Amino acid sequence: MTDLSAFRPSRRAVLQSGAAGMALMAAGPQAFAQETPKRGGILSFAIAAEPPTYDLHGSQTFAVMQRVAPHYSTLLRYKGGAYPEIVGDLAESWSSAPDGLTHTFKLRSGVLFHDGTPMTSADVKASYERIRNPPKGVVSSRQASLSKVASIDAPDPQTVIFKMSAVSSSFIDEVAASPWNAIYSAARLEKDPAWPIRNVMGTGPFEFVEHVAGSHWVGKRFEKYFRQGYPFLDGFRAITMSPAATVNALVGKQVQAEFRGFSPAERDRLTKGMGAAAKVQEGGWLLHQDISFNPKRKPFDDPRVRRALSLAIDRWSASRSLGRISVLRDIGGVMMPGGQWAATEAELEKLPGFGKDMAANRAEAKRLLKEAGAENLKIQLLNRAIEPYITAGIYLIDQWRQIGVTVENHDAETAAWYASIGGDNFDVVMDSYTDYTDDPTTGLPKFLSADKWPIAAPKFNDPELDDLYARQGATNDKAERRKLVRAFEARTMEQAYTVPILWWRRIVVMQDAVNGWTMSPTHMLYQDLAEVWLA
Amino acid sequence: MLRYIVKRVALMIPMLFTVALLTFFLLRVIPGDIVEVKLRADGGNVSQEVIERERVRLGLDKPLVVQFGDWMKGIVTFDYGTSMWTGQPISREIGIRLGLSMQVAVMAAIVAVLIAVPLGTVSALFRDSWIDYLVRIVTIAGLAVPSFWLGMLIILGLLSLFNWSPPVTYTPFFTDPVANLSQLIWPALAVGYRYAAVVARMLRSSVLEALQEDYIRTARAKGVFERLVIVRHTLPNALLPAITVIGLEFAFLMGGLVVTEQVFNLNGIGRLFVEAVTRNDFTLIQTLVMMIAVMFAVVNLIVDLLYGVLDPRVTNQ
Amino acid sequence: MTTLSQTALRPSPARRRWRDNPVVDFAVSQPLGVAGLVAVLTMVVAAIFADFIAPYDPVAIDFEAMLAAPSLAHPFGTDSFGRDILTRIMYGARTALTIGFISSFIGCTIGAIIGLASAYYGGWRDMVVQRGIDLLLSFPIIVLALVVVAMVGRNRVGGIDVNLICAITVPIIPRAARVVRSAGLSIREMPYVDAARAAGYSSARIILRHMAPNVLGPYLILLTAYIAQAILLEASLSFLGLGVNEPTPAWGLMLSGNSANFYQTAPWMILFPGAAISLAVFGFNLVGDALRDWLDPRLKT
Repeated sequence: MTDLSAFRPSRRAVLQSGAAGMALMAAGPQAFAQETPKRGGILSFAIAAEPPTYDLHGSQTFAVMQRVAPHYSTLLRYKGGAYPEIVGDLAESWSSAPDGLTHTFKLRSGVLFHDGTPMTSADVKASYERIRNPPKGVVSSRQASLSKVASIDAPDPQTVIFKMSAVSSSFIDEVAASPWNAIYSAARLEKDPAWPIRNVMGTGPFEFVEHVAGSHWVGKRFEKYFRQGYPFLDGFRAITMSPAATVNALVGKQVQAEFRGFSPAERDRLTKGMGAAAKVQEGGWLLHQDISFNPKRKPFDDPRVRRALSLAIDRWSASRSLGRISVLRDIGGVMMPGGQWAATEAELEKLPGFGKDMAANRAEAKRLLKEAGAENLKIQLLNRAIEPYITAGIYLIDQWRQIGVTVENHDAETAAWYASIGGDNFDVVMDSYTDYTDDPTTGLPKFLSADKWPIAAPKFNDPELDDLYARQGATNDKAERRKLVRAFEARTMEQAYTVPILWWRRIVVMQDAVNGWTMSPTHMLYQDLAEVWLA
Repeated sequence: MLRYIVKRVALMIPMLFTVALLTFFLLRVIPGDIVEVKLRADGGNVSQEVIERERVRLGLDKPLVVQFGDWMKGIVTFDYGTSMWTGQPISREIGIRLGLSMQVAVMAAIVAVLIAVPLGTVSALFRDSWIDYLVRIVTIAGLAVPSFWLGMLIILGLLSLFNWSPPVTYTPFFTDPVANLSQLIWPALAVGYRYAAVVARMLRSSVLEALQEDYIRTARAKGVFERLVIVRHTLPNALLPAITVIGLEFAFLMGGLVVTEQVFNLNGIGRLFVEAVTRNDFTLIQTLVMMIAVMFAVVNLIVDLLYGVLDPRVTNQ
Repeated sequence: MTTLSQTALRPSPARRRWRDNPVVDFAVSQPLGVAGLVAVLTMVVAAIFADFIAPYDPVAIDFEAMLAAPSLAHPFGTDSFGRDILTRIMYGARTALTIGFISSFIGCTIGAIIGLASAYYGGWRDMVVQRGIDLLLSFPIIVLALVVVAMVGRNRVGGIDVNLICAITVPIIPRAARVVRSAGLSIREMPYVDAARAAGYSSARIILRHMAPNVLGPYLILLTAYIAQAILLEASLSFLGLGVNEPTPAWGLMLSGNSANFYQTAPWMILFPGAAISLAVFGFNLVGDALRDWLDPRLKT
């Protein structure tokens, strides 16, 4: 049985690690209440990848977020220990008009940049304008999220007003509280809009010290940080190392934490090696593994073929077995299992691909293939040469073998993989998708057509899916949105352009001495380290 | 002698230019480019125009000949361009990592020579005895065992026997020699084993040849004490080809470093190269390839000069 | 055993016929070579008859048996998918030998032709080829292979990555060319070559029919030596993730990826594949060495 809960620590983890191995589970409000944070110390943590840029506006990778977040602030932020509650960061308070077309933010006063200059609404306006209309030489990855913004006004140094051209039910989450929408200094941007790509200077709890490529990144406490009393740490040090090396480093006490996540095997090695000094936190992850079929290639233009291939995948068994050797564990549909938009198990079971009677599923799949004239199919799987893609690929190939489909696996390097997707040069492609917020407006485009949504892989035309998506994004009525999301999910599984396989499970392990960090289903949040302290 | 040097250097230039030309143009033939990788990492949400814009910014839209010209101009002015992945100057990217790789390479060379010279000589002296067979087996094993597997075995051994693993973070030698050596000795051993094998085999072969030279036979016939024969007559001449091999193989250590750095998690040139290949970072790949070519040409030249000094017959050709 | 003692102990006429058989002579005078041959033959048998002698299906997943230590049921243990390692090593021999042999054969043959032609023609053509060889030789094998991988990407044809074979073949060509060229140079001065030229035979004919047979010795040695190198190179490339793909069994692939996570608790996952690679390369090298010794006794090394 799979544990569909998102944030409750899994019973298995507690039992497995043994009482001696577990110090604190799910550090959160308890930690804040029970112990007094100590000031001082340098936190060293491991990161598995190098940052291609320092600019949060132009990036999607944790390799940038986890290094750069401590140096910047955003308009709103997620409250420590209380995901997904949102509080003000640079904004003291905010309000939205009843018609949803105006959002007003009141900024704090007395906030300083690391170079001593004061932060005002001009900086917020300049930063958001940069995201909305990136000037030459600047990449803005989230330009589309501001498409419904008509204007950004800064009537006085402490006020910012966003006027919308249409209602956007995800504005607060997606735009105001996004950890990617860092506030840069307008003065610097004016001189050179590309300045943040190679330079780090913000209003965050830590000042930038140095970055030695391939090796480490160092930050130190910003004494004039606007949140009184924070940060507790004197500084931090992010060290680049592969996941396998990270395990050794944690056991050998050479680093104190890793903030992305480990596989169950790595977690077991860590608890064995670290003993009582290991703090393990587990929960769901806003990250799913999925496959897309290319409708531009025969026979994938036939929904029967696509559905058959999706039907043949035993997701329940995959969760049990792959969940032991990789991060792929949770079973869910188009929205994160355990989250507020997730389907119940009963609802899921009715959808093609989630039925529990595999014998029937496989028979149905074979029948569909025969009907579509696609028996003894030979297909090519375009995969990525990293984990857990490779593991998932091996599993899928085995599943498809059982319905008589032969698969040729192609583990491509990242560049070639992107190129193949972009050039529609694939039969089936394996992909993953993540975001920091559990909102259908950000999560569903992955299942739409690449013609309109660059994040998606296959190109197709399905007006019903588009319509369902547009309608859910235009209403603020939660119940109505839920109904639309369920309908979207059903159609997705039935048409099977892009289908989810499994959702990732987040297992974060750090030294017991590291406190104040908030576990959440995303590795993009709570990385500013302002509330972290070392015992 | 001077003429020889000048001639050799003059020959080097067209060769290096050809390497540059070939590398540059052949790399551009690849499908898939770095911009997509950068912007779509971790599931990205970027439109085609954003990608096009970045491509323009990196200069990937200019005609190939122009890009090549820019690069050549840069080399002459010691500006090796910027990495397409990070946008940092390549000289900096390489500079940070070169020290570590060089240190491992030098340590591997030292280890190798320390092991190989006595082994190779002894093996030749006691030819066809059990010592010889043992050494031959050990050296051929050195050529057979993949260095990355050896690295994994070393880590495994250290862990199971001593419950200790080498430090994963790099400390420069002069900051803390103990930490530095305790991290780097293991990859040096893994890479050096193969190096030692090659040198030992070469040494054995050349000592054997030297032992059969006429003047040795003459010396023997004259009844000179065997040991003196070996030491005074054999070794210097046997060393000549061995020096060649030591020199040449040093340049080839890069090959061993490429995989070993992955296993030991070292931030060195080898790992940089693999990452560049994986990411299609053209500018970095072409600069690294040029660097290796230059390094090899220079090492070649030095070894030839050394050989020429020790054996004047060569330079007079 | 020196050359002197060998000639002194020339066998009597009755026994000479038995010893004159080259295979037997080889077997007797090169014990290490025989050992190598045994290793190689084991590999070949495993590769050809894997379908019949392997205990399991190499891609069959069996999560119940995952990460099992070596036992009677699984002599080499299982990996993280429960796949039998012994079976995968047998099938891996097939991958290694196919890629190794094809790459070495193509590389050595092309290299030999280039080397012979260059030796025959001499002059500026030889100079150009020599410079070209030097150029390619200035890169460690794996670096050149990586550059080729970067250039040509991946291209699967019937399960075998054609571009991988390309990447492995390219570094072999100049090395083979250099050796064959040296051998060819000495042959070129032989009287029968002059005679053939005087008789008006075409260059191609002279090269292929008169010179080639005489470099057969070095060619065979090259072939065995570079099968070994090719296997090693394929293992390294697969280890780096740039070679063979899952779920095809390949020794280098078995050492990479997920193994990195598990090998400290399940060491058999890396012990056996690595040993297989080493044994194969070892075997081929021994055979190559022994061949060289046997064909040219004066240079016994």
